[in-house]
Amino acid sequence: MTELDTVGDASVSYGLRINGRDRAVQAGWLGESLLYVLRERLGLPGAKNACEQGECGSCSVLLDDVLVCACCVLAADATDSDIRTVEGLGDGGRLTDVQRAFLDEGAVQCGFCTPGLVIAIHDLLDRRPDADESTVREAISGNLCRCTGYGRILAAVAAVQRERSGD
Amino acid sequence: MTDVTTTRGVGGGVGTDAGRPDGVPKVQGRFGFSSDAFAEGMLWGRTLRSPHPSARIHGIDTSTAEQIDGVEVVLTAADVPGTPTFGLEHADQPVFAADVVRYQGEPVAAVAADHPETARRAAEAIVVDYGPVEPLVDAEAALDADPIHPDGNVVRHIRIVHGSPDDVTGDVVVECEYEVGMQDQAFMGPESGLAIPDGAGGVDLYISTQWLHVDRDQVAACLALDPEQVRLTLSGVGGAFGAREDVSLQVHVCLLALRTGRPVKMLYSREESFFGHVHRHPARMRYRHHADRDGSLVKVEASLWFDGGAYASSSTAVISNACSFAAGPYRVPHARVEGWAMRTNNPPCGAMRGFGSVQVCFAHEAQMDKLAAALDIDPVDLRLRNALEPGDRIITGQRITGVAPVRECIRAAVDLPLPTVDADGNVAPVTLPGGTGRTADAEHVRRGVGIAVGFKNLMYSEGFDDFSTASVRVEVGPDDEVTATVHSAAAEVGQGFVTLAQQIVRSELGVQRVQLRPADTVIGSAGSTSASRQTWMSGGAVQGACDDVRRAVYERVAERRGVALAGARREVLRLDAHGIHHVDQGWVVPLAEAIGDEPVEATHEFHHANTEPLDEDGQGDAHVSFVFAAHRAVVDVDPELGLVRVHQITTGQDVGRALNPRQVIGQIEGGIAQGVGLAVMEEIVLDGGRIRNPSFTDYLIPTALDMPVVDATLIEQPEPGAPFGAKGVGEPPTISSTPAVVAAIRAATGIDLRRVPVRPDDIALA
Ligand code: FES
Ligand code: FES
Repeated sequence: MTELDTVGDASVSYGLRINGRDRAVQAGWLGESLLYVLRERLGLPGAKNACEQGECGSCSVLLDDVLVCACCVLAADATDSDIRTVEGLGDGGRLTDVQRAFLDEGAVQCGFCTPGLVIAIHDLLDRRPDADESTVREAISGNLCRCTGYGRILAAVAAVQRERSGD
Repeated sequence: MTDVTTTRGVGGGVGTDAGRPDGVPKVQGRFGFSSDAFAEGMLWGRTLRSPHPSARIHGIDTSTAEQIDGVEVVLTAADVPGTPTFGLEHADQPVFAADVVRYQGEPVAAVAADHPETARRAAEAIVVDYGPVEPLVDAEAALDADPIHPDGNVVRHIRIVHGSPDDVTGDVVVECEYEVGMQDQAFMGPESGLAIPDGAGGVDLYISTQWLHVDRDQVAACLALDPEQVRLTLSGVGGAFGAREDVSLQVHVCLLALRTGRPVKMLYSREESFFGHVHRHPARMRYRHHADRDGSLVKVEASLWFDGGAYASSSTAVISNACSFAAGPYRVPHARVEGWAMRTNNPPCGAMRGFGSVQVCFAHEAQMDKLAAALDIDPVDLRLRNALEPGDRIITGQRITGVAPVRECIRAAVDLPLPTVDADGNVAPVTLPGGTGRTADAEHVRRGVGIAVGFKNLMYSEGFDDFSTASVRVEVGPDDEVTATVHSAAAEVGQGFVTLAQQIVRSELGVQRVQLRPADTVIGSAGSTSASRQTWMSGGAVQGACDDVRRAVYERVAERRGVALAGARREVLRLDAHGIHHVDQGWVVPLAEAIGDEPVEATHEFHHANTEPLDEDGQGDAHVSFVFAAHRAVVDVDPELGLVRVHQITTGQDVGRALNPRQVIGQIEGGIAQGVGLAVMEEIVLDGGRIRNPSFTDYLIPTALDMPVVDATLIEQPEPGAPFGAKGVGEPPTISSTPAVVAAIRAATGIDLRRVPVRPDDIALA
């Protein structure tokens, strides 16, 4: 045993409400991000960890209906919030219109950015159903994708907009 | 979705926009990436890296780290049981630095602990006594400097002498020096892997990589194990682009697992990722182009200095490509090229999309524009006049025996319509150079247009026996449906090989339901997912296995029906929509009946045509096949702020045949994004060998706002000898898009830009 603080010295147990379900976190280190707790403690790896610095959007989740980077939120700080992750989208495993459009338009390559983008685009289209292209580009500019060059992703957004507006 | 029907009337075959088999789990967040890997009771591994680009190690004290609660083991060079070094082509890189470190970020020790934070603290508690040494950071200076490695500072020198370069000069001569900065692949899924000891001295590794079998061989050698004791399974790969061709954490994580007897997971942070993989070689290139007064190229002279950083990685092949393609896709009767891949104390460099062609394309295309200006010829016309054609020789003396639609690519890129300017002059502020944050004054913005053309090889070169293995098994499922299962070690890194594998089986065997076994080292090697080679090589292997399966089915049916196949001059049996059909007698045996309860399985090893090494003059048939593309860029520039927005890129690309047009477009758009990044924003900034910007805060890659509209024309001329006539499509978009953007910036500003990425200062302070 040394003088150094150990991770175990700062552990707590608490509850989180995720995708409408109450989940218990047992003896988590206080410094753990929401992203870490989702992925490593609760078996919800849908939010991804491309930077863990708030720069890439791959960890996007909704916290009380606000799009946030789960890597920049302390899990123990989110105990009073309603958390929604990509695992909570769709009904009984059915694809949402955004997910379907990603597949139909070829917006998925390696897929690492995909869950974050799907969450961000649902959020955008719920708030701004008729967003024009430059608004869409700006809205998803916090979600980095290294594979696609965004062309098929923008096509997917346009396809959802067409479908939702009944065209 | 185009729906071409296949042999037996099933959809989703070759030539269609078939969907990805991994698409649904990926959009639902259920796809298992290597960073998602989990095992009960697993430990977390962590690497300690050198803060110095060059230093002696006088001592390492791990005692404090070992005493931290939760720390299971701390390892250094002394703990490596096998070969102390690894490497793709030369095993010159230590698993852990022992007495010297040669680059900032070189691994020195590794830790396994019960929590990632504990592991991080333990790594920090290791005390290393360094004696810093002045780093060698200039590739040209390295030639005469004291060697920084026992293997010397010259990793490879190549000289190309083509034609009679000493005897000719052109009427017009242009010369210039160019520079390319260090680019990072910046894949999204960080390096990660899970190693699980098998209890019998061996280990199972779940890993994201581009080539399972070379990883396995390097891990086995360093751990002093037989290759069979090291089993690798591909875990979901979050992009690669060359950065996963070299070993990163593979040896470390396996060693930690074997020493602790417990599963160990390693996961690099983004910062560590910048130190943990090789980058694109920075280059300094001096060029002199000679042409006749009518614009025909006479001679190209070039000297190419590529900085390979501290270890060899794939530098030998990168510099070979740079030399082979140094003159661009043009007829050049005489050439003299000297290429040097040098060792320095900068971060190691190796494979990145475009592999040596990217750097020289930036230079030769700038030269073509200079030549056009000197000759007063339109830059497009100059390129059309000199474009390579089938039957021409490149500067390595190799004749192009396949298709070479260079002119078609150029015409397609320049024929697509230019973007229209809004009649009322209304532009969304976010689409101005710099976006909303640093809004350019719309009245000052100038538009420029530029074009560029590039080419490179497909597959490995210089006599490398490049092959791929695949097996296909066909059986009848419990529901009486015929199912095919493909097994291949080809690494799916996002490019879509898994889709093609299904498409090929559907087309070849007419089986709709095609499953894919996980890629692993149980089957033979598929080679690397690089050099735009998997469509050709592993596509060829899957097709070959289908052929073998079909032949086995024919033989089975022939034997049952008493038909003689041997010696038949022409086709007797044929697989069609109804089953195995006797061509003359008309009877049909349904495929499910022919298979019955005896599955048919075949394994095929596909090799491409032989190539040969380059001789002392850099001449020889070193490459299998070539691929071409042209790009036209339209940019808006604010010259006062030095800000650029790339507005549109049009391209014509030689694809042979598009096996999945939608996936091809995805590759083209994604490749162009990386080319745009190199043109205007992406650079690992080095200061005395130290990386100044190892984060996405400071290393910028294009966002959705930075990306232009892309309009692509696929030039489909089937390549002889290629399975289905298809060429790989991943790299060409990254080669000539960069010089096209820079040409457009020159056109908009009149500034003679000689370096990428173009920085705001290069424009505003010019
Ligand atoms: S992982 Fe959270 S923003 Fe990148
Ligand atoms: S699909 Fe790979 S990062 Fe977006």
